[in-house]
Amino acid sequence: MNDTAVSKPVRQRTLGWVLLEFLGSMNLAITLLVVVAIASVIGTVLQQNQPYPDYVLKFGPFWFEVFRKLGLYDVYGTVWFVAILGFLILSTSVCLYRQVPGMLRDMMHFRTQVQLHSLRAFHLRAEWRLPNRDADAVLADVTSLFRARGYRWRIADQGAGRIAAAMKGRFNRLGYLFTHAAVVIIGIGGLLDGNLWLKLKESTGEIVLETRDLPARDVPDQSRLAPGAVPSFRGNVMLPEGSAANFVFLRLRDGFLLQELPFAIELKDFQVAYYDTGQPKSFTSQVLIHDREQLGDQPLAATIRVNHPLIYRGYAIYQSDFGDGGSKLELRAWPLSSAKLEPVEAKGEVGGVLKVAEPGGELRLELDNFRLFNLLPEPDSQVGDRKFRNFGPSIGFKLRDAGGGAREYLNYMAPVQLEQRWFYISGMRARPGDPYSYLHIPADARSSPERFLRFNARLRDQSWLQDFLTRSAGPSVENPEFQRNLKLVRLNLVDLFMQGGFAAVTERAKSVVPADRLREATELYLNILRDTLAEIYVEILREEGSKVEEGVSPQEEAFFSDAIAALSALPVYGSPFYLQLTSFQQVEASGLQVTHSGGVTVVYTGFALLVMGIFIMFYTSHRRLWAWLAVEDGATRLLLAGAGNRRQTEFAREFAALRAALEQRFGLPVAAVASAEQSRNGGGEQNSTS
Amino acid sequence: MAVTREAMLEQWERPSVWQRLTIRDALWVLLVVAGAGFAGWFYQAQMDRYEFAILAGTAVALIAWGLYWPPARLFTVAVTGLALLALWRYGSDYELRKSAFLLKYVLESQAAFMWMSVLYVLATVTYFVALFSRSDFVGRTATALTWCATAMGMTGLLVRWRESYLLGADIGHIPVSNLYEVFVLFALITALLYLFYEDRHRTRAMGGFALLAISGAVGFLLWYAFDRDAYHIQPLIPALQSYWMKIHVPANFIGYGAFSLAAMLGVAYLLRAGAEARRPDGVLARVLPPLELLDDVMYKAIALGFAAFTIATILGALWAAEAWGGYWSWDPKETWALIVWLNYAAWLHLRLTKGWRGTPMAWWAVIGLFVTLFAFLGVNMFLSGLHSYGSL
Repeated sequence: MNDTAVSKPVRQRTLGWVLLEFLGSMNLAITLLVVVAIASVIGTVLQQNQPYPDYVLKFGPFWFEVFRKLGLYDVYGTVWFVAILGFLILSTSVCLYRQVPGMLRDMMHFRTQVQLHSLRAFHLRAEWRLPNRDADAVLADVTSLFRARGYRWRIADQGAGRIAAAMKGRFNRLGYLFTHAAVVIIGIGGLLDGNLWLKLKESTGEIVLETRDLPARDVPDQSRLAPGAVPSFRGNVMLPEGSAANFVFLRLRDGFLLQELPFAIELKDFQVAYYDTGQPKSFTSQVLIHDREQLGDQPLAATIRVNHPLIYRGYAIYQSDFGDGGSKLELRAWPLSSAKLEPVEAKGEVGGVLKVAEPGGELRLELDNFRLFNLLPEPDSQVGDRKFRNFGPSIGFKLRDAGGGAREYLNYMAPVQLEQRWFYISGMRARPGDPYSYLHIPADARSSPERFLRFNARLRDQSWLQDFLTRSAGPSVENPEFQRNLKLVRLNLVDLFMQGGFAAVTERAKSVVPADRLREATELYLNILRDTLAEIYVEILREEGSKVEEGVSPQEEAFFSDAIAALSALPVYGSPFYLQLTSFQQVEASGLQVTHSGGVTVVYTGFALLVMGIFIMFYTSHRRLWAWLAVEDGATRLLLAGAGNRRQTEFAREFAALRAALEQRFGLPVAAVASAEQSRNGGGEQNSTS
Repeated sequence: MAVTREAMLEQWERPSVWQRLTIRDALWVLLVVAGAGFAGWFYQAQMDRYEFAILAGTAVALIAWGLYWPPARLFTVAVTGLALLALWRYGSDYELRKSAFLLKYVLESQAAFMWMSVLYVLATVTYFVALFSRSDFVGRTATALTWCATAMGMTGLLVRWRESYLLGADIGHIPVSNLYEVFVLFALITALLYLFYEDRHRTRAMGGFALLAISGAVGFLLWYAFDRDAYHIQPLIPALQSYWMKIHVPANFIGYGAFSLAAMLGVAYLLRAGAEARRPDGVLARVLPPLELLDDVMYKAIALGFAAFTIATILGALWAAEAWGGYWSWDPKETWALIVWLNYAAWLHLRLTKGWRGTPMAWWAVIGLFVTLFAFLGVNMFLSGLHSYGSL
């Protein structure tokens, strides 16, 4: 394309011509290829279509706004990106428009006009002087060879001689046509499937993005799209089991639109199956399609799995997500930060919020999720063991204070056996994305967290402690002063421990004891604390009705050390209560994606053309041969020349074979191989396409 | 004229494809048809119609491959033999991999990959020795080592396929499902592409460079296996349970392999061009492959890679339309595939229409490898998206 203008007659260069020249230029095409590549990088580096608050957190308000103006949160839908793509399509179209006529001519024409001196300049050529041969006979020989090798030819007179111009593989030119047409077709199809239509409707004010968090029925008409309003969309809907929807949500920037469907999808059942290793094996939704118009009263039952969408009336329904559809939970909140023994019972449902009145202000308890199975790696397994255990049902919830700060919790319903002991496990994290730290509440003989919680409550009950410590010291007459002081120290240590764990005790020691006696003193403090806690623990056991006079069993001893470990961790646990899940009724939800693609046939046609075109282009070659003959001094002079637009090496080999065949026919010594070899690496690919 | 036209035609005409078929060719065709037929019959209960189509397609491709390039036949037969030997030795007891000598030290997939790794590294060294010593014998040894490495790797993949079924009927799948497995595939395909060009151009001078890329992959493979404990056979997540995987992934790796090969030839080109400019009579300028050859093979590799990569990306799009809700989602993996495609499209345009040659194109091919590498590895490591099947 770069040299086409040269041979054209001089004419007025109109603006249109200049524009066409620019749009069709190879340099622009290559530049556009590179520009699209670079622009595409942006959207892969910056995660696209995330909720806007996430971006604000990441970039701060200033850059958030700059990036929003540039459309970086949905790069591939921005005007500028679509414009570049459009430009690439336009440029390719102009190339096609300008090249195709020439190519078709090239496919049809045999080029009998090529002059002798041009042929002599060809890389692949051979020339013979044949003294005793008639020109007609030679021509017949040559053309029969052409025929034998699959060439077609035309013969023309040219000055003193004649020329037979042959060609083969002209369909190679279609490679160019197919590939470039494919790019245009795929581009157009892709634009059809993009959100161009939504943008158009948005710019005319026909639709308005909804940014509030509304249930579907409250979405106003201006944010609703009737079936068929746009040719293509991709929307999502989360369906709890037993519910149905005849719409999907299209998420766009910081809001959404509601796309209505001409049918309703009802979720009968959703199931997750697991491999033995704990990884999910399949996600399956059993759905019913209700469509009075097409199906009457008989709904269509179908199964949707990952990789197996349901195609109904040109709409494709995919399994794309799953979650909780509002499982009903029964909860018991055991006080952790007060002396109260009695738990509070509550009922809730996943997705709901409970308000909890606490001395420090009201807390919001947000019930985020419920999981029936938790297949996790075996806790004390070796690397490579790949053993998994089902830890049973769990609830995830957040505790949000009045300031908006929240801690996330993950509580398992059933006690878990670890190293031969049983624990109620609760994970806590202060920031989303952090790993959970776990609180291990030892389970008592009745598999309940009750003993631990009673222990905890007693330790926070000042009057009970006073009373107990006085009683346990016994009536001492020898040294009442010492007794009183010891009681005070014990009370203080217990209080310190309950406020800040063992760490608080050692800290306190550091602040009141001189450095040289610190170790000794800390040990003493910890011993007193441990003894005190142990005495209290034994009292708890006695309250439970255990016969402590006969000694404490190893299990109960182990319970004690587990309990004080848990107590020591309580201050960082941060929740004023331990939330126990006592009963549940699971309701699952399946996330379905519904798409309608108006351009898919167009795009797939483009795909087929592209593949065909590439193979034709690379692996066929438009080959031309010329045989020029003239009678000179009673001899026939024959010049054979050839040119191919691809696969030069192969063509050079073919040319050498042709040459050898002719030499054999003419009774000449066959010595062609050297020259063919010589031309093997020199023959550059020539082509006029762009 | 003394001869009739018919007689003349006979003499002129290149024999048709059918006429050129030898007994060996016919045997090859029969062998593949018989093998595919047996496999289809034996496993019919486990196969759906897509898998029958893939089996038939594989048979056709194998026949064409063997006819087009005869060394592929011996390779196929050897690999099939080794794999069947392993299958026979295994029977239905996966635990034999720890006790049976033949499996434990040779044919168990892990062992086979280790053999492959060692042989590829040896072959790399041997190719360079051959290059500088100009010894034909050493060169042939290098080629033999490469063939053996490739055969062991391919055997390992096939055996691993079987092993995944021995592990559990619901776990079985083609071993191209994670980064570990596809690295083996990458090494194999790159080696086969190289061996093809070596055979067609009758030169071993490019071998060391091509094998360097493979040795790099082997180094990664070993690190990944031992440091990251990644060699275990894992069951397929739901998104990967599709017949598309069988064709999408291998097609992609023909592309990656060819692009890597082109980049390594680009390196050789730059070295040689540099050596010629500085010391035209130096060792490097004499022993490195000639520039025309490198330029030619580089072009051929990129053209082949481009064709394969186009098909692979289209197959990926068709799969995405079945798994992710649309043929194009601007997912990072998709987008980077487009970037790779655009990059080589620009390269091919420059070469074919602007007639660029030589050093700039070699540089571009080398840079192209980094773009390709990012699409292949970087996306999985640094970016999140739907296509996160192999993380480090």
